[in-house]
Amino acid sequence: MDSVSESQRTLYPYVTGSSVVAIKYKDGILMAADMGGSYGSTLRYKSVERLKPIGKHSLLGASGEISDFQEIMRYLDELILYDNMWDDGNSLGPKEVHNYLTRVMYNRRNKFNPLWNSLVLGGVKKGQKYLGTVNMIGINFEDNHVATGLGNHLARPILRDEWNENLTFEEGVRLLEKCMRVLLYRDRSAVNKIQ
Amino acid sequence: MTKQHANWSPYDNNGGSCVAIAGSDYCVIAADTRMSTGYNILTRDYSKISHLAEKCVMASSGFQADVKALQKVLSARHLTYQHQHNKQMSCPAMAQLLSNTLYYKRFFPYYSFNVLGGLDSEGKGCVFTYDAVGSYERVGYSSQGSGSTLIMPFLDNQLKSPSPLLLPAQDAVTPLSETEAVDLVKTVFASATERDIYTGDKVEIVILNASGIHREFMDLRKD
Repeated sequence: MDSVSESQRTLYPYVTGSSVVAIKYKDGILMAADMGGSYGSTLRYKSVERLKPIGKHSLLGASGEISDFQEIMRYLDELILYDNMWDDGNSLGPKEVHNYLTRVMYNRRNKFNPLWNSLVLGGVKKGQKYLGTVNMIGINFEDNHVATGLGNHLARPILRDEWNENLTFEEGVRLLEKCMRVLLYRDRSAVNKIQ
Repeated sequence: MTKQHANWSPYDNNGGSCVAIAGSDYCVIAADTRMSTGYNILTRDYSKISHLAEKCVMASSGFQADVKALQKVLSARHLTYQHQHNKQMSCPAMAQLLSNTLYYKRFFPYYSFNVLGGLDSEGKGCVFTYDAVGSYERVGYSSQGSGSTLIMPFLDNQLKSPSPLLLPAQDAVTPLSETEAVDLVKTVFASATERDIYTGDKVEIVILNASGIHREFMDLRKD
Protein backbone atom coordinates (compact mmCIF):
# COMPACT_ATOMS: atom_id res chain seq x y z
CA MET A 1 0.00 0.00 0.00
CA ASP A 2 2.90 2.29 0.78
CA SER A 3 4.55 1.81 -2.63
CA VAL A 4 1.34 2.87 -4.40
CA SER A 5 1.22 6.18 -2.56
CA GLU A 6 4.93 6.77 -3.18
CA SER A 7 4.58 6.42 -6.94
CA GLN A 8 1.84 9.03 -6.97
CA ARG A 9 3.94 11.73 -5.36
CA THR A 10 5.97 14.26 -7.28
CA LEU A 11 9.61 13.38 -6.70
CA TYR A 12 11.33 15.31 -9.47
CA PRO A 13 10.09 17.87 -11.95
CA TYR A 14 10.24 16.62 -15.55
CA VAL A 15 9.26 19.35 -18.00
CA THR A 16 10.23 22.67 -16.53
CA GLY A 17 9.94 26.32 -17.39
CA SER A 18 12.70 28.75 -16.42
CA SER A 19 12.35 32.15 -14.78
CA VAL A 20 9.49 34.64 -14.67
CA VAL A 21 10.19 38.33 -14.01
CA ALA A 22 7.55 40.89 -13.09
CA ILE A 23 7.44 44.55 -12.05
CA LYS A 24 4.91 47.15 -10.99
CA TYR A 25 4.90 50.19 -13.21
CA LYS A 26 2.94 53.43 -13.18
CA ASP A 27 -0.30 52.06 -14.61
CA GLY A 28 -0.13 48.41 -13.53
CA ILE A 29 1.91 45.26 -13.83
CA LEU A 30 4.39 44.03 -16.42
CA MET A 31 5.37 40.38 -16.54
CA ALA A 32 7.75 38.48 -18.80
CA ALA A 33 8.67 34.83 -19.26
CA ASP A 34 10.34 32.94 -22.06
CA MET A 35 8.47 30.25 -23.95
CA GLY A 36 10.73 27.26 -23.41
CA GLY A 37 9.88 23.95 -21.77
CA SER A 38 12.98 21.92 -20.96
CA TYR A 39 13.01 18.17 -20.50
CA GLY A 40 16.05 18.00 -18.23
CA SER A 41 18.81 19.57 -20.32
CA THR A 42 17.00 19.15 -23.67
CA LEU A 43 14.95 22.06 -24.94
CA ARG A 44 11.86 20.04 -25.75
CA TYR A 45 9.09 22.59 -26.24
CA LYS A 46 9.64 26.03 -27.69
CA SER A 47 6.18 27.56 -27.57
CA VAL A 48 4.97 27.03 -24.04
CA GLU A 49 2.78 29.84 -22.75
CA ARG A 50 3.77 30.33 -19.13
CA LEU A 51 1.77 33.51 -18.56
CA LYS A 52 -1.99 33.19 -18.31
CA PRO A 53 -4.72 35.69 -17.44
CA ILE A 54 -6.91 34.84 -14.48
CA GLY A 55 -10.37 36.33 -14.32
CA LYS A 56 -10.66 40.00 -15.16
CA HIS A 57 -7.91 41.39 -12.98
CA SER A 58 -4.90 39.11 -12.73
CA LEU A 59 -2.03 37.52 -14.56
CA LEU A 60 -0.32 34.31 -13.43
CA GLY A 61 3.21 33.39 -14.43
CA ALA A 62 4.72 30.04 -13.51
CA SER A 63 8.14 28.48 -13.54
CA GLY A 64 8.88 24.87 -12.66
CA GLU A 65 6.94 21.78 -13.64
CA ILE A 66 4.64 22.59 -16.58
CA SER A 67 2.14 19.81 -15.85
CA ASP A 68 1.67 21.13 -12.30
CA PHE A 69 1.08 24.57 -13.83
CA GLN A 70 -1.66 23.11 -16.00
CA GLU A 71 -3.19 21.52 -12.90
CA ILE A 72 -3.13 24.90 -11.15
CA MET A 73 -4.87 26.40 -14.18
CA ARG A 74 -7.63 23.79 -13.78
CA TYR A 75 -8.07 24.74 -10.10
CA LEU A 76 -8.16 28.42 -10.99
CA ASP A 77 -10.59 27.91 -13.88
CA GLU A 78 -12.95 26.26 -11.43
CA LEU A 79 -12.44 29.08 -8.91
CA ILE A 80 -13.18 31.76 -11.49
CA LEU A 81 -16.16 29.82 -12.82
CA TYR A 82 -17.77 29.70 -9.38
CA ASP A 83 -16.97 33.34 -8.88
CA ASN A 84 -18.70 34.26 -12.12
CA MET A 85 -21.66 32.07 -11.29
CA TRP A 86 -22.38 34.12 -8.18
CA ASP A 87 -23.08 36.94 -10.62
CA ASP A 88 -22.89 39.47 -7.81
CA GLY A 89 -20.98 42.23 -9.53
CA ASN A 90 -17.81 41.39 -7.58
CA SER A 91 -14.92 39.54 -9.12
CA LEU A 92 -11.86 37.98 -7.53
CA GLY A 93 -8.93 40.35 -7.51
CA PRO A 94 -5.22 39.49 -7.58
CA LYS A 95 -4.88 39.55 -3.79
CA GLU A 96 -7.64 36.98 -3.40
CA VAL A 97 -6.24 34.72 -6.12
CA HIS A 98 -2.78 34.98 -4.56
CA ASN A 99 -4.16 33.98 -1.18
CA TYR A 100 -6.00 31.03 -2.73
CA LEU A 101 -2.85 29.87 -4.50
CA THR A 102 -0.79 30.21 -1.32
CA ARG A 103 -3.23 28.01 0.58
CA VAL A 104 -3.25 25.42 -2.24
CA MET A 105 0.56 25.29 -2.41
CA TYR A 106 0.93 25.13 1.38
CA ASN A 107 -1.59 22.35 1.80
CA ARG A 108 -0.02 20.27 -0.96
CA ARG A 109 3.36 20.69 0.75
CA ASN A 110 1.79 19.56 4.04
CA LYS A 111 0.74 16.33 2.35
CA PHE A 112 4.30 15.93 1.04
CA ASN A 113 3.01 16.09 -2.54
CA PRO A 114 3.93 19.58 -3.70
CA LEU A 115 3.04 21.34 -6.90
CA TRP A 116 6.55 21.89 -8.19
CA ASN A 117 6.16 25.53 -9.21
CA SER A 118 7.18 29.03 -8.32
CA LEU A 119 4.30 31.31 -9.19
CA VAL A 120 4.05 35.03 -9.81
CA LEU A 121 0.65 36.62 -9.47
CA GLY A 122 0.09 40.19 -10.53
CA GLY A 123 -2.90 42.35 -11.26
CA VAL A 124 -4.77 45.58 -10.86
CA LYS A 125 -8.16 45.92 -9.23
CA LYS A 126 -9.91 49.27 -8.76
CA GLY A 127 -6.65 51.06 -9.47
CA GLN A 128 -4.77 49.12 -6.79
CA LYS A 129 -1.72 47.31 -8.17
CA TYR A 130 -0.71 44.00 -6.62
CA LEU A 131 2.29 41.81 -7.29
CA GLY A 132 3.05 38.70 -5.29
CA THR A 133 4.77 35.35 -5.50
CA VAL A 134 4.35 31.83 -4.03
CA ASN A 135 6.74 28.93 -4.26
CA MET A 136 6.36 25.17 -3.91
CA ILE A 137 6.74 25.06 -0.13
CA GLY A 138 4.30 27.89 0.43
CA ILE A 139 6.63 30.84 0.97
CA ASN A 140 4.78 33.92 -0.24
CA PHE A 141 5.22 37.65 -0.21
CA GLU A 142 4.43 40.72 -2.26
CA ASP A 143 6.84 43.34 -3.48
CA ASN A 144 7.34 45.93 -6.19
CA HIS A 145 9.35 43.54 -8.32
CA VAL A 146 9.57 39.76 -8.17
CA ALA A 147 11.34 36.99 -10.04
CA THR A 148 11.45 33.22 -9.82
CA GLY A 149 14.27 30.74 -10.16
CA LEU A 150 17.48 32.07 -11.64
CA GLY A 151 15.73 35.38 -12.18
CA ASN A 152 16.06 35.96 -8.45
CA HIS A 153 19.82 35.93 -8.76
CA LEU A 154 20.20 37.64 -12.14
CA ALA A 155 17.22 39.94 -12.61
CA ARG A 156 16.38 41.17 -9.08
CA PRO A 157 19.67 43.09 -8.64
CA ILE A 158 19.00 44.95 -11.91
CA LEU A 159 15.47 45.69 -10.78
CA ARG A 160 16.56 46.86 -7.32
CA ASP A 161 18.92 49.31 -8.98
CA GLU A 162 16.72 50.64 -11.76
CA TRP A 163 13.15 50.32 -10.56
CA ASN A 164 11.19 53.36 -9.52
CA GLU A 165 7.55 54.12 -8.77
CA ASN A 166 6.79 55.97 -11.98
CA LEU A 167 8.04 53.77 -14.79
CA THR A 168 6.15 54.33 -18.01
CA PHE A 169 5.06 51.39 -20.09
CA GLU A 170 7.99 51.76 -22.51
CA GLU A 171 10.54 52.13 -19.73
CA GLY A 172 9.09 49.08 -17.97
CA VAL A 173 9.23 46.99 -21.12
CA ARG A 174 12.84 48.08 -21.71
CA LEU A 175 13.75 47.13 -18.14
CA LEU A 176 12.15 43.71 -18.48
CA GLU A 177 13.84 43.15 -21.85
CA LYS A 178 17.15 43.93 -20.18
CA CYS A 179 16.47 41.32 -17.50
CA MET A 180 15.38 38.72 -20.05
CA ARG A 181 18.51 39.38 -22.12
CA VAL A 182 20.74 38.74 -19.08
CA LEU A 183 18.79 35.55 -18.41
CA LEU A 184 19.22 34.45 -22.01
CA TYR A 185 22.96 34.94 -21.80
CA ARG A 186 23.41 33.16 -18.51
CA ASP A 187 20.55 30.69 -17.96
CA ARG A 188 21.05 27.51 -19.97
CA SER A 189 17.35 26.74 -19.99
CA ALA A 190 16.22 30.07 -21.43
CA VAL A 191 15.09 30.51 -25.02
CA ASN A 192 14.95 33.63 -27.11
CA LYS A 193 11.17 33.69 -27.55
CA ILE A 194 9.43 35.76 -24.92
CA GLN A 195 5.84 36.27 -23.92
CA MET B 1 11.77 -1.96 -2.61
CA THR B 2 13.27 0.55 -0.21
CA LYS B 3 11.30 3.64 0.59
CA GLN B 4 12.58 6.60 -1.43
CA HIS B 5 13.42 9.69 0.55
CA ALA B 6 12.11 12.99 -0.64
CA ASN B 7 14.76 15.09 -2.37
CA TRP B 8 13.19 18.29 -1.15
CA SER B 9 12.61 19.60 2.32
CA PRO B 10 9.22 20.93 3.41
CA TYR B 11 10.97 23.47 5.62
CA ASP B 12 13.07 26.52 4.92
CA ASN B 13 14.45 29.16 7.24
CA ASN B 14 13.51 32.67 6.25
CA GLY B 15 15.58 34.20 9.03
CA GLY B 16 14.96 37.31 11.04
CA SER B 17 14.97 38.22 14.71
CA CYS B 18 12.22 39.10 17.17
CA VAL B 19 12.46 40.80 20.55
CA ALA B 20 9.92 41.62 23.23
CA ILE B 21 10.37 43.54 26.48
CA ALA B 22 7.77 43.89 29.24
CA GLY B 23 7.47 47.02 31.35
CA SER B 24 5.31 47.97 34.32
CA ASP B 25 2.48 49.31 32.14
CA TYR B 26 3.65 48.75 28.55
CA CYS B 27 5.10 46.12 26.30
CA VAL B 28 7.49 46.59 23.38
CA ILE B 29 7.57 44.00 20.59
CA ALA B 30 9.96 44.35 17.67
CA ALA B 31 11.03 42.33 14.64
CA ASP B 32 13.11 43.08 11.56
CA THR B 33 11.47 43.15 8.13
CA ARG B 34 13.89 41.08 6.06
CA MET B 35 12.83 37.80 4.52
CA SER B 36 15.67 35.66 3.18
CA THR B 37 16.34 32.16 1.90
CA GLY B 38 19.82 30.70 1.93
CA TYR B 39 22.13 33.54 0.96
CA ASN B 40 19.46 35.50 -0.94
CA ILE B 41 17.12 38.21 0.21
CA LEU B 42 13.56 37.64 -0.96
CA THR B 43 12.12 40.91 0.19
CA ARG B 44 13.12 43.79 2.47
CA ASP B 45 9.69 44.82 3.61
CA TYR B 46 7.94 41.87 5.23
CA SER B 47 6.18 42.20 8.58
CA LYS B 48 6.72 39.40 11.09
CA ILE B 49 4.41 40.96 13.66
CA SER B 50 0.78 40.02 14.00
CA HIS B 51 -1.76 41.83 16.14
CA LEU B 52 -3.76 38.91 17.48
CA ALA B 53 -5.98 40.52 20.13
CA GLU B 54 -6.50 44.01 21.46
CA LYS B 55 -3.77 43.65 24.09
CA CYS B 56 -1.76 40.87 22.53
CA VAL B 57 0.87 40.97 19.77
CA MET B 58 2.92 38.10 18.39
CA ALA B 59 6.24 38.26 16.59
CA SER B 60 7.46 35.12 14.83
CA SER B 61 10.52 34.21 12.86
CA GLY B 62 11.43 30.97 11.11
CA PHE B 63 9.67 29.43 8.13
CA GLN B 64 7.36 32.08 6.76
CA ALA B 65 4.64 29.82 5.32
CA ASP B 66 4.22 28.10 8.73
CA VAL B 67 4.22 31.49 10.47
CA LYS B 68 1.46 32.72 8.15
CA ALA B 69 -0.61 29.57 8.72
CA LEU B 70 -0.10 29.86 12.50
CA GLN B 71 -1.21 33.51 12.48
CA LYS B 72 -4.32 32.58 10.49
CA VAL B 73 -5.21 29.73 12.86
CA LEU B 74 -4.81 31.97 15.92
CA SER B 75 -6.85 34.83 14.40
CA ALA B 76 -9.64 32.42 13.50
CA ARG B 77 -9.66 30.95 17.01
CA HIS B 78 -9.69 34.43 18.49
CA LEU B 79 -12.68 35.39 16.35
CA THR B 80 -14.53 32.30 17.55
CA TYR B 81 -13.66 33.17 21.15
CA GLN B 82 -15.00 36.69 20.67
CA HIS B 83 -18.27 35.36 19.31
CA GLN B 84 -18.65 32.85 22.12
CA HIS B 85 -17.54 34.98 25.09
CA ASN B 86 -18.32 38.50 23.90
CA LYS B 87 -14.91 39.79 24.90
CA GLN B 88 -11.32 39.92 23.70
CA MET B 89 -8.88 37.19 24.67
CA SER B 90 -6.45 38.20 27.41
CA CYS B 91 -2.72 37.82 26.76
CA PRO B 92 -2.19 34.87 29.14
CA ALA B 93 -5.16 33.09 27.52
CA MET B 94 -3.70 33.68 24.04
CA ALA B 95 -0.37 32.42 25.36
CA GLN B 96 -1.91 29.11 26.36
CA LEU B 97 -3.75 28.88 23.04
CA LEU B 98 -0.53 29.40 21.12
CA SER B 99 1.23 26.73 23.14
CA ASN B 100 -1.57 24.23 22.51
CA THR B 101 -1.69 25.06 18.79
CA LEU B 102 2.03 24.49 18.44
CA TYR B 103 1.95 21.19 20.34
CA TYR B 104 -0.99 20.02 18.24
CA LYS B 105 1.50 19.73 15.39
CA ARG B 106 4.15 18.08 17.55
CA PHE B 107 4.99 15.48 14.90
CA PHE B 108 5.09 17.86 11.90
CA PRO B 109 5.89 21.13 13.67
CA TYR B 110 5.27 24.69 12.73
CA TYR B 111 8.84 25.86 12.13
CA SER B 112 8.06 29.10 13.91
CA PHE B 113 9.93 30.74 16.79
CA ASN B 114 7.59 33.06 18.60
CA VAL B 115 7.50 35.72 21.22
CA LEU B 116 4.13 36.87 22.47
CA GLY B 117 3.87 40.27 24.10
CA GLY B 118 1.06 42.25 25.62
CA LEU B 119 -0.68 43.51 28.70
CA ASP B 120 -2.14 41.09 31.22
CA SER B 121 -5.50 41.60 32.89
CA GLU B 122 -3.91 43.95 35.46
CA GLY B 123 -2.42 46.15 32.76
CA LYS B 124 1.15 45.04 33.45
CA GLY B 125 3.40 44.12 30.57
CA CYS B 126 3.92 40.43 29.92
CA VAL B 127 6.14 38.54 27.50
CA PHE B 128 5.89 34.84 26.71
CA THR B 129 8.63 33.02 24.86
CA TYR B 130 8.16 29.79 22.89
CA ASP B 131 10.06 27.08 21.12
CA ALA B 132 8.83 25.44 17.91
CA VAL B 133 6.68 22.81 19.63
CA GLY B 134 4.97 24.95 22.23
CA SER B 135 6.92 24.91 25.47
CA TYR B 136 6.49 28.39 26.91
CA GLU B 137 7.35 30.54 29.87
CA ARG B 138 6.35 33.97 31.06
CA VAL B 139 9.43 36.19 31.21
CA GLY B 140 10.30 39.85 31.46
CA TYR B 141 11.99 39.98 28.05
CA SER B 142 12.97 37.59 25.30
CA SER B 143 14.37 37.27 21.81
CA GLN B 144 13.94 34.55 19.17
CA GLY B 145 15.17 33.96 15.67
CA SER B 146 18.48 34.06 13.89
CA GLY B 147 19.80 37.00 15.89
CA SER B 148 18.66 35.75 19.29
CA THR B 149 22.09 34.33 20.19
CA LEU B 150 23.49 37.83 19.72
CA ILE B 151 20.61 39.71 21.31
CA MET B 152 19.76 37.61 24.38
CA PRO B 153 23.07 38.00 26.25
CA PHE B 154 22.92 41.75 25.70
CA LEU B 155 19.39 41.92 27.09
CA ASP B 156 20.44 39.75 30.06
CA ASN B 157 23.18 42.22 30.81
CA GLN B 158 21.05 45.36 30.42
CA LEU B 159 17.83 44.18 31.99
CA LYS B 160 19.36 42.07 34.79
CA SER B 161 16.62 39.51 35.05
CA PRO B 162 16.37 38.18 38.63
CA SER B 163 17.07 34.50 39.09
CA PRO B 164 13.90 32.40 39.22
CA LEU B 165 15.38 30.67 42.30
CA LEU B 166 15.20 33.76 44.49
CA LEU B 167 12.71 33.95 47.34
CA PRO B 168 10.50 35.96 47.60
CA ALA B 169 9.78 35.69 43.87
CA GLN B 170 10.94 38.88 42.18
CA ASP B 171 9.18 40.51 39.30
CA ALA B 172 10.94 40.03 35.97
CA VAL B 173 9.33 43.12 34.54
CA THR B 174 11.82 45.85 33.82
CA PRO B 175 11.77 49.17 35.69
CA LEU B 176 12.82 51.00 32.51
CA SER B 177 10.54 53.65 31.08
CA GLU B 178 8.86 53.14 27.73
CA THR B 179 11.19 55.42 25.75
CA GLU B 180 14.25 53.81 27.35
CA ALA B 181 12.99 50.37 26.41
CA VAL B 182 12.34 51.44 22.81
CA ASP B 183 15.86 52.91 22.63
CA LEU B 184 17.26 49.66 23.98
CA VAL B 185 15.40 47.72 21.28
CA LYS B 186 16.75 50.00 18.56
CA THR B 187 20.31 49.59 19.87
CA VAL B 188 19.88 45.84 20.05
CA PHE B 189 18.72 45.54 16.44
CA ALA B 190 21.43 47.83 15.15
CA SER B 191 24.04 45.61 16.80
CA ALA B 192 22.45 42.35 15.67
CA THR B 193 22.33 43.65 12.08
CA GLU B 194 26.09 44.14 12.10
CA ARG B 195 26.84 40.49 12.66
CA ASP B 196 23.80 38.47 11.63
CA ILE B 197 23.29 38.25 7.87
CA TYR B 198 19.61 37.43 8.21
CA THR B 199 18.79 40.55 10.23
CA GLY B 200 18.58 43.97 8.65
CA ASP B 201 16.70 46.34 6.32
CA LYS B 202 14.18 47.75 8.80
CA VAL B 203 12.94 47.05 12.29
CA GLU B 204 9.24 47.28 13.04
CA ILE B 205 8.60 48.28 16.66
CA VAL B 206 5.17 47.91 18.22
CA ILE B 207 4.39 49.47 21.59
CA LEU B 208 1.34 48.32 23.52
CA ASN B 209 0.17 50.37 26.44
CA ALA B 210 -2.98 51.52 28.19
CA SER B 211 -3.69 54.08 25.49
CA GLY B 212 -3.54 51.53 22.70
CA ILE B 213 -1.10 50.37 20.10
CA HIS B 214 1.63 52.41 18.44
CA ARG B 215 3.86 51.29 15.57
CA GLU B 216 7.14 52.76 14.35
CA PHE B 217 9.89 51.77 11.94
CA MET B 218 13.63 52.28 12.02
CA ASP B 219 16.02 51.76 9.12
CA LEU B 220 18.79 49.24 9.53
CA ARG B 221 21.82 48.34 7.44
CA LYS B 222 20.79 46.81 4.15
CA ASP B 223 23.82 44.57 3.64
